[in-house]
This record gives sequence, structure tokens and C-alpha cells, in this order.
Amino acid sequence: MSSFPLFPEAASSIAHEVDLLYFFILAVCSFFAVLVSALVVFFAVKFRRRHPDEVGADIHGSIALELLWTVIPFALAMAMFVWGADLYFRIARPPADSMEVFVVGKQWMWKVQHPDGVREINELHVPINRNIKITLGSEDVLHDYYIPAFRVKMDAVPGKLTTMWFRATKAGTYQIFCAEYCGTNHSGMIGRVIAMEEHDYEAWLAGGRSTGTAVENGERLFTDLACITCHKSDTTGRGPVLAGVFGNPVRLMDGRTVVADENYLRESIVNPQAKVVLGYQPIMPTFQGTVSEENLMQLIAYIKTLKAAPPAAPTGGQ
Amino acid sequence: MTHGTQNSPSYLDAPYGIWSWLLTKDHKRIGIMYLISVTVFFAIGGLFAAGIRTELLTPQGDFLTADLYNKLFTLHGVVMIFFFLIPSIPATLGNFLIPIQIGAKDLAFPRINLLSWYIYVIGAVFTLAAVFMGGVDTGWTFYTPYSSIASNTNVVLAALGVFITGFSSILTGFNFIVTIHRMRAPGMTWFRLPLFIWAHYATSLVMILGTPVVAITILLVFAERAMGFAIFDPRAGGDPVLFQHLFWFYSHPAVYIMILPGMGVVSELVAAVSRKQIFGYSFVAYSSLAIAIIGFLVWGHHMFVSSQSIYAGLVFSIITMIVAVPSAVKTFNWTATMYKGSVTWESPTYWVIGFMGLFLIGGLTGLFLGTMGLDVHLHDTYFVVAHFHYIMVGGAIMAFLGGVHFYWPKMTGRMYPEAMGKISAILVFVGFNLTFFPQFVLGYLGMPRRYHAYPEDFQILNVLSTAGAGVLGLGYALIVFYLVASLFKERNAPANPWGATGLEWQIQSPPITLNFESDPIVTEDAYNYAGRAGHGGHAKKAGEV
Ligand SMILES: [Cu+2]
Ligand SMILES: [Cu+2]
Repeated sequence: MSSFPLFPEAASSIAHEVDLLYFFILAVCSFFAVLVSALVVFFAVKFRRRHPDEVGADIHGSIALELLWTVIPFALAMAMFVWGADLYFRIARPPADSMEVFVVGKQWMWKVQHPDGVREINELHVPINRNIKITLGSEDVLHDYYIPAFRVKMDAVPGKLTTMWFRATKAGTYQIFCAEYCGTNHSGMIGRVIAMEEHDYEAWLAGGRSTGTAVENGERLFTDLACITCHKSDTTGRGPVLAGVFGNPVRLMDGRTVVADENYLRESIVNPQAKVVLGYQPIMPTFQGTVSEENLMQLIAYIKTLKAAPPAAPTGGQ
Repeated sequence: MTHGTQNSPSYLDAPYGIWSWLLTKDHKRIGIMYLISVTVFFAIGGLFAAGIRTELLTPQGDFLTADLYNKLFTLHGVVMIFFFLIPSIPATLGNFLIPIQIGAKDLAFPRINLLSWYIYVIGAVFTLAAVFMGGVDTGWTFYTPYSSIASNTNVVLAALGVFITGFSSILTGFNFIVTIHRMRAPGMTWFRLPLFIWAHYATSLVMILGTPVVAITILLVFAERAMGFAIFDPRAGGDPVLFQHLFWFYSHPAVYIMILPGMGVVSELVAAVSRKQIFGYSFVAYSSLAIAIIGFLVWGHHMFVSSQSIYAGLVFSIITMIVAVPSAVKTFNWTATMYKGSVTWESPTYWVIGFMGLFLIGGLTGLFLGTMGLDVHLHDTYFVVAHFHYIMVGGAIMAFLGGVHFYWPKMTGRMYPEAMGKISAILVFVGFNLTFFPQFVLGYLGMPRRYHAYPEDFQILNVLSTAGAGVLGLGYALIVFYLVASLFKERNAPANPWGATGLEWQIQSPPITLNFESDPIVTEDAYNYAGRAGHGGHAKKAGEV
């Protein structure tokens, strides 16, 4: 037995906020737990039966008291709700300036890919004081990427991409757990976050073996998988132009309009018939099974970089 | 009426022999058959728990293999929830007491009542078959796509057992609702009903509205797993998160199937041990209905990190916080009932106070989990494990055991040794807290549930928890021992050993097959203890303490 901690380390920007809310609810709940327990014991002793035939006083209730102990718990519960919801929205929505890391869960390991292509397994090296957005995928069943010291977790759901984010505030090594049961070696699907000073992180990156950045890999896949034959940079292709598509609304054949986010792009690769763009034929084959979860993330990373060409007007002539 | 003056034999003596029990239509005998069956499953589920706690004594997974450990926690959950907790109070005490408390001779459909026991047993056989054929390892939650495409254990057999048992619960709920509507004695108006009846009415609503949904969900898993229909498998366009919505649509309300009847028992016990009208009767009655109805709208609080829309999460969180209020109201009313009561210190009081303490902690810790920003950290950790054990073991089982002690004289005609009733209540209370309180700390530290091996930092708390489980097990075993031993003594229970109100205490112990010698007519409210003061009793006056 090495140590006997009773409270987890707090090493992210959000951790202290989570702890603060925790202590608030703990204080409220302790107050009521002690109050009610004390009253129950006190009444049981003070009003104990002194005669075998004795009965209690003829009291039926009190509307005023009922209102009081309905309204006060309700108000406190609403305060907890609002505080918790506000915090949750900040935990759930990654800031726009986040550095993006791809993590794929599979029975029973975590595969990590950094933006510049460095990969690692079960470990995650990050710089401190930088917002890190994690895009999570799963190759098989549900998993959950959980870093207790950062107070964040998110399910890795097969068939879609999920996101989480954090900003580490203290250099150190922190536990990663899989928090969603995933079969035999679920409790072995663990790892560690190594949060480092920026320059240590740069040094670590430089020492890593990069096999090309996510975008470069995505671009290569885009050619290798022949996506490029239909999705051309001009409108002559059989598939929609992908430049500038990310983050923008897309009109579909069935009349709906959806925003082309990561999950839309992912779905359009593995299940192209699900949402067909208006004006195009449903002819794209599925890439389900041919493209791994990591490759999907690379393709998406690449597609996200394709910016719409500026309006053609000022070029003049041919 | 007193014991021994009747001409009709008691329900225990009237026809004898095994078939007179297995083919009985008497709600009391069926209640006893359920009591025996659920006790057997409680013991089985407890053995699985013993295996789990033994493994967790050390951080390394060294006592059991990972696969065996995974099967043990799965079976512990399946057996305890579907074969013990859900039927525990309704099918035993509910079956026994509902007709008597409303002044009826039996439930509305005695044959359907017997059928529901057989369905329960058939479901249990399927699940036990799954155990003996190698077990199942999906967790009691059967989450897809693990359960539908990845696990290579007996998912189909175990799920079929749960599916079948669900029908017994639907039939019981249906029977109770019809009985409570149609079979009340003259004068037994809705607001004279004991709160035990209100609680069971609310529970029955959940049973008949919720259980079909879990049945359909299980069928869908079956269709995907056994017949290849793609419903939850994302590789074929299915949605694994859909399963969680369907599953929790039933399984959150199922928590209320487990705790509402316990609240009903506690309402009876608080009034009886205080010899006082329940404080705010109608608030306690309506809060049962409120819990049952609002409880259907909170399922998504299990899914804050599942990729469910964050706006949906917002709605589920606020309704979750709202559903906490009626439980708080009940607790305050029980407490106020003891004020200026005539509180006995006989064994049922120990169970009531134990229930209050544990249920309080269980309920209050639900607030931590319903709060979204905090749940992100706590979700699927031991905090959740501790929370729901405080509700289901601390709350529901304390109430169940309190009820079994309180009604034991009525059911069997025997008193148990009073001292034993108190010692076991204390053992269970202490053992329970020692087992589960450390798990709150473990949860906030970040220990995930369903872990076969864990980091060394968590060991001391886990050792405490396992030690507590030993004490808890001892307490439960002691109860079985002295209650069974009491059956071999003479029938010494008077008709009303606790001096309680209610029709069940006006008939002999144990009751005759048709419950009442002559049809009862109800002329007073439930818990009219003050009205008894005139008959030689001492009433506490306001100010007299
Ligand atoms: Cu896992
Ligand atoms: Cu729930």
C-alpha cells in the first residue's frame, strides 16, 4: 500500500470549479442529513412511550410546514441544477482555440494521435496551460475516456465521434481510466496523462516518430481511396465539392438542412446513403470496414482544412 | 378478536400438503411462496457479492479471473434487481397485506396472482440456466453493442429470464391496481387507505407502464444478437445509444418500483411505532404518485456523458432535481410524525430509524449525480455504486426487513426474539455503512465501477468496504436464522402485538383463509391512534412530553 489519499488531485482548469460545487452540495446535504437524523433520534428518545397504552398527540399535519419543506428543498435543488448546468456547458463545449488530439478506444487500449502525427498508446502527452480538445472514437464497443485529476470523462461511442476538452494546470502524471464497461480487460484499459511544460512537450514531440501529420495522412488517404475522383475541387465531379463544406449548412435530397460537423462527415463516409446532398445521385459506396476509425479521423482532419476558394471574379480572363 | 377463539382454521392450517401450496389461490400463501423465493435469490445474489468483495481486497486481480469477476458483478446485479428487489416488498408483503388492509378476501384475480409466481419462477430458471451454462458478462445494464455483438457469453438466456420475469411484475401490478380500485370494504375511501396501499398503487402504475418497455428492449437485443437484425450495431447503421434511452426509460422508474413500496412500509411503521397519525397524510400519499409519474421523465440523467444532446441533458437534470422534492417531503413528514408521538423502543423502531438514516444519505447523494457538471466526474464511479446501494440496500432492504419483522407475527403467528431483532438491525446498519460509505470516497477519488483490478491507492478503502460486507452478511444470516427458528416454536403471537391500527391487526394471527370472519366496515381514518385514547389509553396532550 503506497498511499492513502481521500481526495483526488486537482490538475485542470475545471477541477477546482467541480470541487467547489461538490463542497457546496456536500454542505447542504450534510446539514439536512444531520438535522433530520438528530430530530429522529431526539424525538424517539424525548417522546418515548412511558405507559403501554399511551398514544401520540392528535396532530394531523400543517399546511404551512408542508409548504416550507417543499419550497426550501426545491429552491436548493434548483440552485444546484443551475450551478451544475452552467459548469457542464463549460465542460462539454471545447473552446475554439483548442489543440486537437485524436483518441480511439478499442478493446483494450487507447490509441492517440497528435496533430503533427506523433502517435502513442495508452499514454497522452500534453502541454499544460493549453486547451486540449480530444476527439474520441471507438473501433468496437462503448468505452469512456476518464481523467479523474481533470474531472472530465466522455464516452467513446462506436459509430460516431464525441469530444471532450481540458486544460491541464499542473505538470505531472495522471491516471486515465476506461469508465464504461467494455468486456474482459475493462479494468486494464488504463493509461496516464503526462502533462508537461510547453518546452518539455515540444522536446517530447521532436523525439517522437511522426508518420506525417493527421492532415497529411488524410490527404494521402483521400487520393488512395479515390475520393478525389468524384469529389473534385470544382463542380464537375460526381460528388459534392468538399472545399468549405466543414461547419457550414448542407441541403439534403430529402429537403432537410444539416450542418456539416465531424459526425456528418464521418457518417457520409461510412454510410453515404444516410444523408445525400441535394443535386447528387446516391452512388457513393460505403467505406464501412475499409477505413479504420483513425483513418476516418485523418480524412476528416484533411477535409476540415479544405477552404472554399475565394470568389472567382477578380482573377480576370482564363 | 383474539388468537385461538376462531372456528375457521388459519391460512397456514387450512388444507395441508405441498399441492395445497403450489396450487393455492390464497394471496397470503402466494406471498409466503414469494418470500421464500426472493430470500433464496437474495442469498444467491449475496454470494456473488461476496466473491466481488473478496476479489477487491487486493488491487491485483488475483482471486478470480477477469472474466469470472465480470460475470459475478453481472449476475449479482441481475439477480438482486430482477429476482430480489423488484418483487421483494410488493410480491411478499404487498401480496399478503393489500387485500387485508383494504378489507377484501383476496386480490381481484387470485389465479393470475398464482400465475405471476410461476412466471417469476420460470424466468428465474432461465437466468439460473445462464449461470450454470457459463454465466453472462454484460453487466446488469446489458449495454449495446457489447451485449448484442461483442460478448460471447449467455446473453440471450439471461436476458430471456429477465424478459419472462417482467411479465410476473406486470401481472402483479395489474392485479394490485384492480384490487385497490374494486375491492375496498364499505367505508374504505381513498383517503382512509393506509399509505402502504398508496405506495403500492403508485408502484403498480410504474410496473405496468414501464416493464413492457424493457421487455421490448430486451427483444430488440435478442433480435440483433440471435437473428442479425441491425438495431444497435453502428456498423450496420444502428444506434448503440438508443439502447440506453430504452433501457433507462424502464430502469430508472424501476428504482421507484424498488423504493416506493419501502416508503409504504416505513409510513406504516412510523405511525405504528409512534402511535400517531401520519403527519401530512395526503402529502405523503400524493408524493408517491408524484414520484411515480415524474420518475418516468428523468432517464437521461444516466447519459450525461453518453453523447446525448447537452440540451436534452439539461431537461433531464432539472426534472431529476424536481423528483427529489417529494422524497424530501416524505422524509420530513415521517420525522414530524414522531414529534409528540408515543415512541416505542421495540425492534421495528430500530429498523425505521436505520432506514431513515440510510435513505437520507442515499437520496441526498442523488443530488450530486443529478447535477450535470458534477456527474461528469462521478458518472460510472464507485460514487454511483454507493449511492444506489444506499437507496436499494439501505432504503429498500432496510424497509423490507423492517416490514418482515413488523408483520412476522401476523404472517406466521410467531414472535421472534426481540433482542435478536434489535441486534440484527444494528449489525445491518453498521455493516452497511462500513461497506458503502468508503465507496463514496473511492468514487470521488475516481475509482471506476466494474473494475477487477485497481490502483494501490484505493486499497485501504476497499478493505474497509469488504470488512463491512462481512458484518452485513452476518447481520442478514442472523435474521434468517432466528426467524426460521421461531417457526419451530409455538404460535404465541397475539392479534395485535404492537398495538397498531389497521384492519390487519384486528384479525387473528395468522389470519384465516378468507381473512375476515365477517365483512369489515370501515368507519375511521387510517392511523386513528388519538381516537383510541378514549378506550383506556393515555393520549399525549400538547405540551405533555
Ligand atoms: Cu472499458
Ligand atoms: Cu435514474
